[in-house]
Amino acid sequence: MPLIEIDGQQVEVAPGSTVMDAAHQAGITIPHFCYHKKLSIAASCRMCLVEVEKAPKPLPACATPVTDGMKVKTHSPKAIDAQKGVMEFLLINHPLDCPICDQGGECQLQDVAVGYGGSASRYDEAKRVVKDKDLGPLIATDMTRCIHCSRCVRFGQEVAGLMELGMTHRGEHTEVMPFLEAQVTHELSGNVIELCPVGALTSKPFRYLARSWELSRRKAVSPHDGLGANVQVHVKDGRVYRVVPQNNEAVNECWIADRDRYSYEALNSAERLTRPMMKRDGVWAEASWQDALERVAAGLAAVRQQHGPAAIGGLASPHQTVEELYLFTKVLRGLGTESIDHRLAQAGAAVGNGARWLGLAIEDLEALDRILLIGATLRSEQPLAAHRLREAVKAGGQLNVLHAADDNLLCKVAGKIITRADAWGDALVRIAAAMKDAGAAVQTDTAGVNADDAARTIAASLLGGERRAVLLGALAQNHPQADRIHALAQAIAQACGAKLGFLSVAANSVGAQLAGALPGPDGLAAAAMLAAPRKAYVLLGVEPELDAYAAAAARAALKAAEFRVALTAFKSATLDDCDVLLPIAAFAETAGALVNMEGRLQTFHAAVPPQGEARPAWKVLRVLGNLLSINGFDYDSVESVRADALPEGQAHIAQHLDNATGAAGTSASPAVDGLIRLGETPMHQLDPLTRRAPALQATGAAPEAAACGALLARLGLEAGISVRVSQGEASAVMTLRQDDRLADGVLRVPAAHPATAALGGRFGPITVERV
Amino acid sequence: MTMLTAESLALIDQECAKYPAEQRQSAVMAALRIAQTEKGWLAKDTIAYVADYLGMPAIAAYEVATFYNMYELAPVGRHKVTLCTNLPCQLQGADRIGAHLQNKLGIGFGETTPDGRYTLKEGECMGACGHGPLCLHNNHQMHAHLTPESVDKLLDELK
Amino acid sequence: MSLNTPDTQVCLWTLGYDNPASLATYTANGGYEALKKILAEKTPAEAIIEQVKISALRGRGGAGFPTGLKWSFMPRTFPGDKYVVCNTDEGEPGTFKDRDIVRFNPHQLIEGMLIAGYTLGAKAGYNYIHGEIFEQYQSWEVALNEARAAGLLGKDILGSGWDFDLHAHHGYGAYICGEETALLESIEGKKGQPRFKPPFPASYGLYGKPTTINNTETLASIPWILRHGGQAFLELGKPNNGGAKIFSISGHVNKPGNYEIPLGTPFPDLLEMAGGVRNGHKLKAVIPGGSSAPVLPAEVMMGLTLDFDAIAKAGSMLGSGAVIVMDETVCMVKALERLSYFYFEESCGQCTPCREGTGWLYRIIQRIEHGQGRPADLDELLRIGNNIGGRTICALGDAAVGPVASFVKHFRKEFEYHIENKRCMVNH
Repeated sequence: MPLIEIDGQQVEVAPGSTVMDAAHQAGITIPHFCYHKKLSIAASCRMCLVEVEKAPKPLPACATPVTDGMKVKTHSPKAIDAQKGVMEFLLINHPLDCPICDQGGECQLQDVAVGYGGSASRYDEAKRVVKDKDLGPLIATDMTRCIHCSRCVRFGQEVAGLMELGMTHRGEHTEVMPFLEAQVTHELSGNVIELCPVGALTSKPFRYLARSWELSRRKAVSPHDGLGANVQVHVKDGRVYRVVPQNNEAVNECWIADRDRYSYEALNSAERLTRPMMKRDGVWAEASWQDALERVAAGLAAVRQQHGPAAIGGLASPHQTVEELYLFTKVLRGLGTESIDHRLAQAGAAVGNGARWLGLAIEDLEALDRILLIGATLRSEQPLAAHRLREAVKAGGQLNVLHAADDNLLCKVAGKIITRADAWGDALVRIAAAMKDAGAAVQTDTAGVNADDAARTIAASLLGGERRAVLLGALAQNHPQADRIHALAQAIAQACGAKLGFLSVAANSVGAQLAGALPGPDGLAAAAMLAAPRKAYVLLGVEPELDAYAAAAARAALKAAEFRVALTAFKSATLDDCDVLLPIAAFAETAGALVNMEGRLQTFHAAVPPQGEARPAWKVLRVLGNLLSINGFDYDSVESVRADALPEGQAHIAQHLDNATGAAGTSASPAVDGLIRLGETPMHQLDPLTRRAPALQATGAAPEAAACGALLARLGLEAGISVRVSQGEASAVMTLRQDDRLADGVLRVPAAHPATAALGGRFGPITVERV
Repeated sequence: MTMLTAESLALIDQECAKYPAEQRQSAVMAALRIAQTEKGWLAKDTIAYVADYLGMPAIAAYEVATFYNMYELAPVGRHKVTLCTNLPCQLQGADRIGAHLQNKLGIGFGETTPDGRYTLKEGECMGACGHGPLCLHNNHQMHAHLTPESVDKLLDELK
Repeated sequence: MSLNTPDTQVCLWTLGYDNPASLATYTANGGYEALKKILAEKTPAEAIIEQVKISALRGRGGAGFPTGLKWSFMPRTFPGDKYVVCNTDEGEPGTFKDRDIVRFNPHQLIEGMLIAGYTLGAKAGYNYIHGEIFEQYQSWEVALNEARAAGLLGKDILGSGWDFDLHAHHGYGAYICGEETALLESIEGKKGQPRFKPPFPASYGLYGKPTTINNTETLASIPWILRHGGQAFLELGKPNNGGAKIFSISGHVNKPGNYEIPLGTPFPDLLEMAGGVRNGHKLKAVIPGGSSAPVLPAEVMMGLTLDFDAIAKAGSMLGSGAVIVMDETVCMVKALERLSYFYFEESCGQCTPCREGTGWLYRIIQRIEHGQGRPADLDELLRIGNNIGGRTICALGDAAVGPVASFVKHFRKEFEYHIENKRCMVNH
């Protein structure tokens, strides 16, 4: 290992290190702008120039490899002179108006200028003015402030995998811009805000609302997808002003998805439920907590008495905390029902012996060299896990895909089968058959099945390499044949020595399973509870029509019940049939824990108080349990609830993760006649919070129905027209779009959206006609 | 939808063939030149089309189109005359030729005559200093040893 | 000067023949014989590089780096693709020699690139041709087709079993692409922005593969060296400055043009060949190696020989051999204004000192030229120059500073006159 001297310190560094790496190791700060640990080296800002013995000129620390015996001086007169010279150049065309810049107080240029800038500018010529760019609803621009570090451009090329920003023109006229205005759409786009070392790219929703030094910073965990991105919640006067990434190399590195960043806006939405509401004679009225909770206790007791406990069903959101879900199940089980579930979007997968999880560490996704991705609309389901998988591909890994849409995953795809969802099981059997043909021992019946080229390509890929995984996405999990797909995936994984994993849809999908939010013996799963309506429903954080596998059935079931109570942070049209609404604390307003897809327990404290009279759901459930005279609700803290839910914390989790399925599951269920729907949850419709975040909502257009050109031609329909899509009695009118990335026979109609909330199953038969 | 003629696309294909198969982006400079020769200038649609044809991001092609100064990002006259005004040409009389061109055409550098016939531009070193003063006609044809008389003759020939 | 002959001239000897650019002219005078011998005898690469080293051939593009040494940096055992690239992106004001090589002796360049490709184990070569000389891009393609038809390019060259192909890449208006790594970026279809070094192209070049980049005149000299021997080439010039070299002389001379003469020729001899200073004017100053080279006053220049070492000793550089001659009528402020505009306009914008500094320099010089100079401006120019020079990714920063520092150094009085009197000292 090379030994170098840096500012008089002897440092032994790994071969291939740069002077910047060595400085970090020695705890020495070298000023820099274009350098970023997660991006390629640009060496263009020149701020990190240092003196290296025997080098005639100062050298950029970020791009200079260390050599044994090298002597570096980062603060010698020669180094300081070079750094000050660069700083002067950076400032000559930069506005010197920090007091009115949104970045003021958290600006790298400002910070470094304090140490290296002059007290006055010697530049007396005309200053540059650059036209601002429209980057859409999330990112504000002040392009005159740009210092051309190119971090935002490199982020697009290297991390996002999609070059949406470029540096156009040349010399002094160089400008950062998108090709077309408002054309920044990537799900990770907001990360350029932290990357920008100046005030050129800032958060549009946060613009001019607060100064950074007024904000207190609280650590939290993003409540959206199963990654559990670590965030900082920035707070002033009891209000969340913004959310930014909290670095955690093992989870989200220094990135967050746009929905992690901007969903906080919903906290201050007018749709927040701030007081308990009860329906009296069909009309909503505010109520006291006391009255509302008593009505709930009475309503549930009455149903139990009249119809028996099995007539009560509990549906909870996997975006709620472990503690909330645990007490929720405790209340329901105390009432005597086992019909409890958090898997609203699933058509009816079986419950296994343990919690379904990723099957490996999130970090290890990057190290995979063979991947089979089944039924995952990756970029919208898992914006950050998708980045990890792109890194794996960049490093030479092979990504294979089974899906109904050949979406652009922004990386090379080695093998793919793009076919309608009801053919996925058969496609997996073909892959298994191809593996058998290649000599692998596959524990599944493939008799009479012939592998095709696509299956052979995927099989060959999976049988090569060393670190393999078969990953099931949301669509595979929600699928009517989920158990069959799971069993086949397991057989394929076993045959090639791959890890079998589930890409958890929600921030607490794993935690919900551990907390017991699953149907017990004789209990019904979510889809069954809605297909065979219960007499009473207890809802926690859900919007049934948007969250359910079959929206129309969910609505009908709720309507048919005798009593329904919802613990919810928001008023919602989907909860209109309820009898009582209890306002609960939302993200950042309550303490608790989430367990992410890799089984990592992440706890957090409340950052702000709940709005109005809303209360943390665990406290509401505690009171409800006591009112219902159920034993064991004497909790005095969220920690004491957690201790019951996960008795040994992380160790408990490790013992309860299990992706194995005993389902034989290889018998094919009948395929859908005619067209089949591909009903995904849009990226910014994942949960009640994202659905109400204005900036996120402004990024998307109204949902459309899409089909490939061949299908449109057969149906005699043209793109752009208005069509009625129908599933049985249910129908919706929307615009038709042509998307040749879709398999034939597939009509892509998003779920979880008000515009499609009247429709049926997410993978059900569907028809389309001109209106 | 094809935005360029079959002839232009054939020329672009010839350029692509010079580079390794996975390096089609290498042909972007030539493709933009060919597109500009056909269209007169590079509209954003044209750039997007070329980018798509080569399988590269539109913004990356736009970076190229804005970096190299012989690409035109706005319409120009039928005849673009680019006069080198760099030092060796200046010493050899480029200033006088520049003044003559501006007088004769009634436009300044960077402008187009109202009839859309001529655009006048100032250029950087064209690598033929010994033959200055000199100019380029529509980027591809060099006229050297310019005198006011030879300039008049050239302008007359450019219909 | 003697007649154009292949014995005393290295690159431009075909000018003594009808159809100088044709394959027939070239082969009738020993063309492609060096290649044929190498292929027939399977000459080891080491032996070829040894001859190039003996010849003391130094890069003709401006930096003057020993070519044999550069070639020896290429990894021999690298298993993947390697490339040879020729730099005909000649845009340094004052330089126009490579255009004439492509125009009048393309086959010698092709042969040179073939020998380089063979020696360095490359699979293909690219010749990057300056944007503004489209006609040479086309004529080079014609020569390539001629060579291809004669079995000199492509598969199984001359029955040797060796495959190699050459292509042209056309620039489109960016001086910076003359910088070798910017040129590589440009071939890759990107903005021509220089890469930081290390890594150098010999380990990470075109498409990330080992690549050797040489100037046109350098590569065109290779067949001559191998035909006549490295020693003969060395003896054309002087020690450590081997060969003849093309000097492009422009500006205030009666016969501007290219003169291929031995390195070490006294400058007054070149001036005489070029017909002397025009209209009998007095010589004032000379930029001896392209616009980036520091200017030298007449009295210094008249005592110099034209070789890398002598000119470097006098505080300037031989560069590309582009000699810009200025007579007594030249206003040095105006001349510098034009040059500093050039560097400002051509800065790629990537790194801070050059992007911001070249504009600052230009604006101050422009003010001085237009009668708005201030007494502190000259020291400020030098101070800004010091903050650019040696601190940028590529040499364009230094190139922008060279003229400013040298013009102010040698002609400070003229600048001061401009500032004090708000008008020119030379042309009232």
